[in-house]
Amino acid sequence: MKSLAELEAIRNKNKNQVGLRREGEGTRIVVGMATCGIAAGARPVLTAFTEEVGKRGLAHVTVNQTGCIGMCRYEPIVEVMAPGKEKVTYVHMTPEKAARVVAEHIVNGHVVTEYTIGANVEQ
Amino acid sequence: MTELSLHILDIANNSVKAKAKHIGIIISEDTASNLLTIEITDDGCGMDAAFLAHVTDPFTTTRTTRKVGMGLSLFQAAAELTGGNLSISSEVGVGTTVTAVFVRDSIDRQPIGDMAGTMALLIGSNPGIDFVYEHVLDDQSFRLDTLEIKEILGDVAIDSPDVVQWIREFVAEGDAELSNSNQVE
Ligand SMILES: Nc1ncnc2c1ncn2[C@@H]1O[C@H](COP(=O)(O)OP(=O)(O)O)[C@@H](O)[C@H]1O
Ligand SMILES: [Mg+2]
Repeated sequence: MKSLAELEAIRNKNKNQVGLRREGEGTRIVVGMATCGIAAGARPVLTAFTEEVGKRGLAHVTVNQTGCIGMCRYEPIVEVMAPGKEKVTYVHMTPEKAARVVAEHIVNGHVVTEYTIGANVEQ
Repeated sequence: MTELSLHILDIANNSVKAKAKHIGIIISEDTASNLLTIEITDDGCGMDAAFLAHVTDPFTTTRTTRKVGMGLSLFQAAAELTGGNLSISSEVGVGTTVTAVFVRDSIDRQPIGDMAGTMALLIGSNPGIDFVYEHVLDDQSFRLDTLEIKEILGDVAIDSPDVVQWIREFVAEGDAELSNSNQVE
């Protein structure tokens, strides 16, 4: 059973890092989490991004939720914003696609073009 | 939506948007009366009576990105499908309580689903809001209070990845323990 004692251990481990997290400078991943996004499966997508970023120890990357991005039929939608780069919008995301976006785009800098909105525009 | 935990995430996000400082989420299951009740309470901006009167109408929304607000109407439909109902009480400047009652053993009742995922997401994205989550099943209960967690954490942020992961596992185990204890009776 998870215990509060374990939480104390986490605190002690993280104590030295207090103040080290800088928001706004690194890469931001945001997942659309309005009703349409949640219904389309955005929660496991966000969880997958968080786990993938945590596993790789990418301290400069933040994962957050945002409200309605305004294109319900493309949900789950994910935007990646890196300093000095144009925003990339991924559509119809899944946890599996999230892992690939972290490996190829976030880590290696290659946008996964086939998942982007540009490659998925409906006629 | 396929599980109640997703509705709860969506309805609690309304409270976040309403600038709540405290959000309470209670799931109470009562086998004797065969009811499952979900109550989401906040101290956000509230709604006035005129707005409240038609808020579960899908065309009521204050959002600007699109013209339909679906969250409350979907939650209401899920409750009514089981023979239950949804009610909202709200006061401007005080807060809002959304209560959904489900017939617990109805075949149309969605499973509770991944409350650990919902709480980890809510707490991890809103470190400034205090959340209380309570899951009651007859005389058993599980409770998580972010004020207690913050007290233990001191300077360490509640939205640190390690902490959010701990919260996820804590809720998953707490919820699992509840349903196990119910099965052995
Ligand atoms: N807890 C709350 N506090 C204040 N206003 C709320 C709350 N919940 C819902 N509302 C109001 O009701 C509207 C409809 O909510 P909802 O059905 O979830 O659709 P949406 O969030 O997409 O607009 C919201 O836009 C908001 O103005
Ligand atoms: Mg809503």
